[in-house]
Amino acid sequence: MRPVVIAGLIALGLLVILPFGLKSYGIYVLTLWMVYSIAAMGLNLTLGYAGQVSLAQAAFLGIGAYTTAIMLKAGYPFFAAFGVSAGLAFCIGLVLGYPALRVQHHFLAFVTLGFNALVWLVFRNEEWLTGGTYGLMGFSRPTILGVDTSNQVVFYFFSLGIFLLLAFVLWWIVRSPWGRAFQALRENPIRANSLGVDVRRMTLLAFAIGSAYGGMAGSLFAPLVEFIDPHSFTLDTSLMLLLMVIIGGSGKFFGPILGALLVVLLPEGLRFTEGLYLIIYAGLVIVLMVFCPSGLLGVYDRLSAAVRIRLAGRQEPSGGDVP
Amino acid sequence: MGEFFQLLVSGLSTGSIYALAAVGFTLLWQASQTINFAQGEFVMLPAFFILVGTHVLGMNFIVAVLFGLIVTLVLLGFAFKRVIIDPMLPHGVLPIVIATIAFGILIRDSVKEFYSAEAQAFPSFFSEETMSVFDVVISLQDIAILSMSLATIGLLQMFLTRTRTGRCMQATAQNRAVAEILGVNVNRMILYTFLINAGLAVIASVLISPIYLAKFSNGQSIGLIAFIAAIVGGFNQIRGALAGGLLIGVVDNMSAAYISAEYRTAFPLLLLIVIILVRPQGLFGTSEERTV
Repeated sequence: MRPVVIAGLIALGLLVILPFGLKSYGIYVLTLWMVYSIAAMGLNLTLGYAGQVSLAQAAFLGIGAYTTAIMLKAGYPFFAAFGVSAGLAFCIGLVLGYPALRVQHHFLAFVTLGFNALVWLVFRNEEWLTGGTYGLMGFSRPTILGVDTSNQVVFYFFSLGIFLLLAFVLWWIVRSPWGRAFQALRENPIRANSLGVDVRRMTLLAFAIGSAYGGMAGSLFAPLVEFIDPHSFTLDTSLMLLLMVIIGGSGKFFGPILGALLVVLLPEGLRFTEGLYLIIYAGLVIVLMVFCPSGLLGVYDRLSAAVRIRLAGRQEPSGGDVP
Repeated sequence: MGEFFQLLVSGLSTGSIYALAAVGFTLLWQASQTINFAQGEFVMLPAFFILVGTHVLGMNFIVAVLFGLIVTLVLLGFAFKRVIIDPMLPHGVLPIVIATIAFGILIRDSVKEFYSAEAQAFPSFFSEETMSVFDVVISLQDIAILSMSLATIGLLQMFLTRTRTGRCMQATAQNRAVAEILGVNVNRMILYTFLINAGLAVIASVLISPIYLAKFSNGQSIGLIAFIAAIVGGFNQIRGALAGGLLIGVVDNMSAAYISAEYRTAFPLLLLIVIILVRPQGLFGTSEERTV
C-alpha cells in the first residue's frame, strides 16, 4: 500500500476514536475543522486545480448557512436545506463567475473580494431576512433517519459522514477528465486551449463547484454553531480559508484539510498567550511563506525528494543495479 | 446646492488621502508585482510611531513626525522589502498576498496590544476653521489636505519623469530585464519604490489621523478603499490612482448623503465590480499585454 493510503486510514481511525476521548468543546472544534475543510476543499478546486484566486468563499459559506438556518426555522427537513444551499451557491457562483472570469488572475481576486463585502452588507442590513447584526438563532439540529443529532458526538459523526462523502466526490472529480482539464488550465491555459479544452467553461465550472462546496460547508456550519450572524462571514473569513489552502499546499488533495486543521487548532493551542496569539500566528504565517511558499505539503515533498536522492546516491556506487 | 459643494469638497479631500495610499499601492505593483494587502495598515501605523514620539519619548510634534518618518522608512520600506518580499518574489504573486495579509494582522494586533485599543486624538497641522464662499461653508482643513496631497503627487510625478533616477525607476517598472541590460541598478530602484511607498504612507497617515482619529482598526477600511481606488483608476498609472482616489472619495460621500447610509461602503464596491467587468484596465489605465 502507498504511504498516503496508510496515513489516510490511520487518520480515519483517529477520527473515529477521538470523540470518545474529548470533552464537548474538543468535539466541537473537530467538527468545525471538518466544516472549514469542506469549504477549503472547494476553494482548493478553484485555486489549486483551476488556478483562480477567489476571495469570496466566506460569502458562499454565509449563503449556505443563512439558507439552511432560514429553511430549518421554517420547518423544512435538513437535507432539503442542504440541497438548496448547495444549488444556490452553485448558481450564484455561475452568475458571479461568468462575467468575472473574463478577467482572470488578480482581477478575479478583486471582483470576489468586492462580492464578499457586498454579501456581508446584505447579511447585516436586511434585518427582515437575516436578523441583521442580531443574527439568527432558535433553529434546532436536524433529526436524520430518526436519530437526533443534537448530541455533540452524534452531530460529529453526521458531519464526518458528509465530510468523507464530499471528499470522495472531490477526489473523483479531480481524477476525472474534468479534473485533468482543470489542472491543464492551471499549468498552461494556452496549451490546454489548443488541445480543445474550453478554458472559460472549465474555469467557470471549477469556480461554481468550489462555491457549491462553500455552500454545503455553510449548511453544516449553521446547525453546528446554532447561531449565525454576519460576523462569521467577513472578508477575514475568506482570507482565513485562502490561508488554509495555501498553508496546507494548494493543488494537493490533502492540502486544505491539513491547512484547516492547523488554522483551527493553532489559535486553541496559542490561547495561553492571550492577546499575543494573533501576533504570533501572523508571524508564523509570514515565516512559513518566506521559507516555504508552497505550503506544508510542499515541505514534505521537498524533504522526501531530498531523502530519495540521498538514498539513490548511496546505493549507486555499491550495487549499481538501480533501475 | 450649498450642501452639494460641501460634500464635493470634503469628498475630494478624503479622496486625495486615499489617492496617496493608492499611488503607493500602484508603484509597488509596477516595480515588483507586489500586491500589498497591508497597505491600509501602512497608513494606520505611522500615526502611532508619531504618538510614541510625542507621548512616550517626549518629542515636540514636528520632531516626532520626522521620527515617525524615519522609523516608517526603515521598517515599512527597507525591512518590509528585504525580509518579507525579496525571498518570495521568485514564487509568484500568491505567497506575497498571503504574507502581506498576515503582515497586516501582525501590525494591527501589535498596535492594539502594545499601544492601545482605543482611538487616539491626533494633532492637526492645519486650523479647523471654516470659511464661507457665497453660501457654501468650506473647511480650511479640507482645502489644506487636498492641496498637500495634490502637491505630493505632483512632486512625485515630476521626480519620476524629470530626473534620471525617476526615469530609471520607470524603466525598471516597464521592463526589468531590459533595464538591467542598460545598466540600471534594478534592485536599488525597487528599494526606492518601497521607500517612496513608505513615505507616502506617512503623509497619508499625518493627514487622515486628525479626521478619523488614530485607531488600530482603521487600516482595514483605508486599505480596501485604496485598493478600489487603484483599480478603478487603472492599476498601472499614477494619474489613474489619483483620479480613482478622488472619485471614490466623492462617490462615498455623495452616496452616503443622498442614497443610503447603510449601504455606504457598497457603492465603491459596486463601482469596482462594474469597472472591472466593463473596463478591466481601469479608467485611465492601459491594458497590460502579456506575451505567450
